[in-house]
Amino acid sequence: MALLEVENLFAGYSAQNVLREVSFSVQQGGITAILGANGAGKTTLLRAVSGMLRRQGSIRFGGEPIDRISTESIARLGVAHVPDGRGTFLDMTTEENLRIGAYSRKDRQAVAEDMDRMFEYFPRLKERRRQQAGTLSGGEQQMLAVSRALMMRPRLLLLDEPSFGLAPLVVQDIFRIMRGINAQQGVSVLLVEQNAGLALELADRAYVLETGQVVLSGTAAEVGSNESVRRAYLGF
Amino acid sequence: MEAFLHQVLSGLATGGIYASLALALVMIYQSTNHINFAQGEMAMFSTYLAWNMINAGLPYWWAFLLTVTISFAAGVVIERVIIRPVENAPVLSVITVFIALLVIFNSVAGWIYSYTIKTFPSPFPEQPLFGNRFISSHELGTIGVTLAVLVALYAFFRFTPLGLAMRAAAQNATSSRLVGIRVGWMLALGWGLAAAVGAIAGMLIAPIVYLEPNMMSGVLLYAFAAALVGGIDNPFGAVLGGFLVGVLENVVGAYVVGTELKLTVALVLIVGVLLVKPTGLFGRVFVTRV
Repeated sequence: MALLEVENLFAGYSAQNVLREVSFSVQQGGITAILGANGAGKTTLLRAVSGMLRRQGSIRFGGEPIDRISTESIARLGVAHVPDGRGTFLDMTTEENLRIGAYSRKDRQAVAEDMDRMFEYFPRLKERRRQQAGTLSGGEQQMLAVSRALMMRPRLLLLDEPSFGLAPLVVQDIFRIMRGINAQQGVSVLLVEQNAGLALELADRAYVLETGQVVLSGTAAEVGSNESVRRAYLGF
Repeated sequence: MEAFLHQVLSGLATGGIYASLALALVMIYQSTNHINFAQGEMAMFSTYLAWNMINAGLPYWWAFLLTVTISFAAGVVIERVIIRPVENAPVLSVITVFIALLVIFNSVAGWIYSYTIKTFPSPFPEQPLFGNRFISSHELGTIGVTLAVLVALYAFFRFTPLGLAMRAAAQNATSSRLVGIRVGWMLALGWGLAAAVGAIAGMLIAPIVYLEPNMMSGVLLYAFAAALVGGIDNPFGAVLGGFLVGVLENVVGAYVVGTELKLTVALVLIVGVLLVKPTGLFGRVFVTRV
């Protein structure tokens, strides 16, 4: 069953559409990867799902249409978006950043437990829990962004290039934890990545985006074995 | 020495009022990046409401509470109805709206209540407490009330989820929306809080400067100086700046320039800070790593 189903999506910032006729889906408990070069429209696609820009077409989340409601309302339905640039609250402490993630939740006890769990996933964050988040390194801020999103207890996680600008070891850490969260808690993931190798390893479905249109789709294995994908994105 | 101590203590009392108003300015500045020039006139109008209620026979503290509540609601409404439509307008349009608000509140107050000076009661006893010779009861009470307000605001923003969400919305609206915070409402609540704090400042200063439509013009200038001295984006700085400006105003007025030039002290401070250290004494040294 599809948790997120997008059909015939047109979206853009001004009058011009960046995305044209895009259709894709994320299965319940699945991981979908969107691959593409710089400027293909990957970030725009996530923003369209979150309602951050002008969009047209059908976007359904858990069967409900979400293409006409606000970003806040979409978030409250259980869509957690880790934006590009990480969206850190720079002036606040690490711990406050995590508390903000849990803002719309009422179950205080479970929030406290989740916070401890984030510190288990990322011990670095625990060391820096009282530190101003603006002083964290890029990798630490990415960990914080992922944790902040997970504090929402989302049903769907939107990840915008989690590997961008990070050391390979940190990237592996984050991807390992994503896989664990997906397997243990059944959180579905929509992942946008330039690092196609990593993304295909994690995902079960994949789509290739070129200048705002889907040019290829299938299971991760199918897309990964496609001749042109291998040449353009995997380098062999 | 005794006279000096008196000047300092009464400076702390008015300083507390400047601190409150400066804090109101900072609260709105942090979310909109603009100075609300109408903050003082909003406070003045609130004070007139309190005056109405007290004249109608309501006990002082009931009038006080009711005024704060009404001012809060009015602040929320002003944000939603007047400020929201110019949210993304150019800076000059926003400033024009703020100045328009200032003029409107001022003339409407003059129209309803006339420009004649009225006395406004103090809730504190006329005799100095404990027979001391340094500070009047009203000044002492003012310090107490402003400190209570400042502590309550600190606790609210620091420890409650709503306070945290309001800070988040002011700091990074996009990220706030992505975690489900209704940013528009948070900004409106910020206006409400600022208006409520302003109302308290107005009611506390009115027994000293008397009630009239222009009573806040000087006060707002001092509050503006306080916010700038402390750092316009730093609430703690603004509060410290408020007390500092209050004391400075009194001491410099009494011993250096005389009362006629007191207001000039504020202007000199503003220009001085902008020239020497535009971020203020406690302005944020922004640390960020990419």
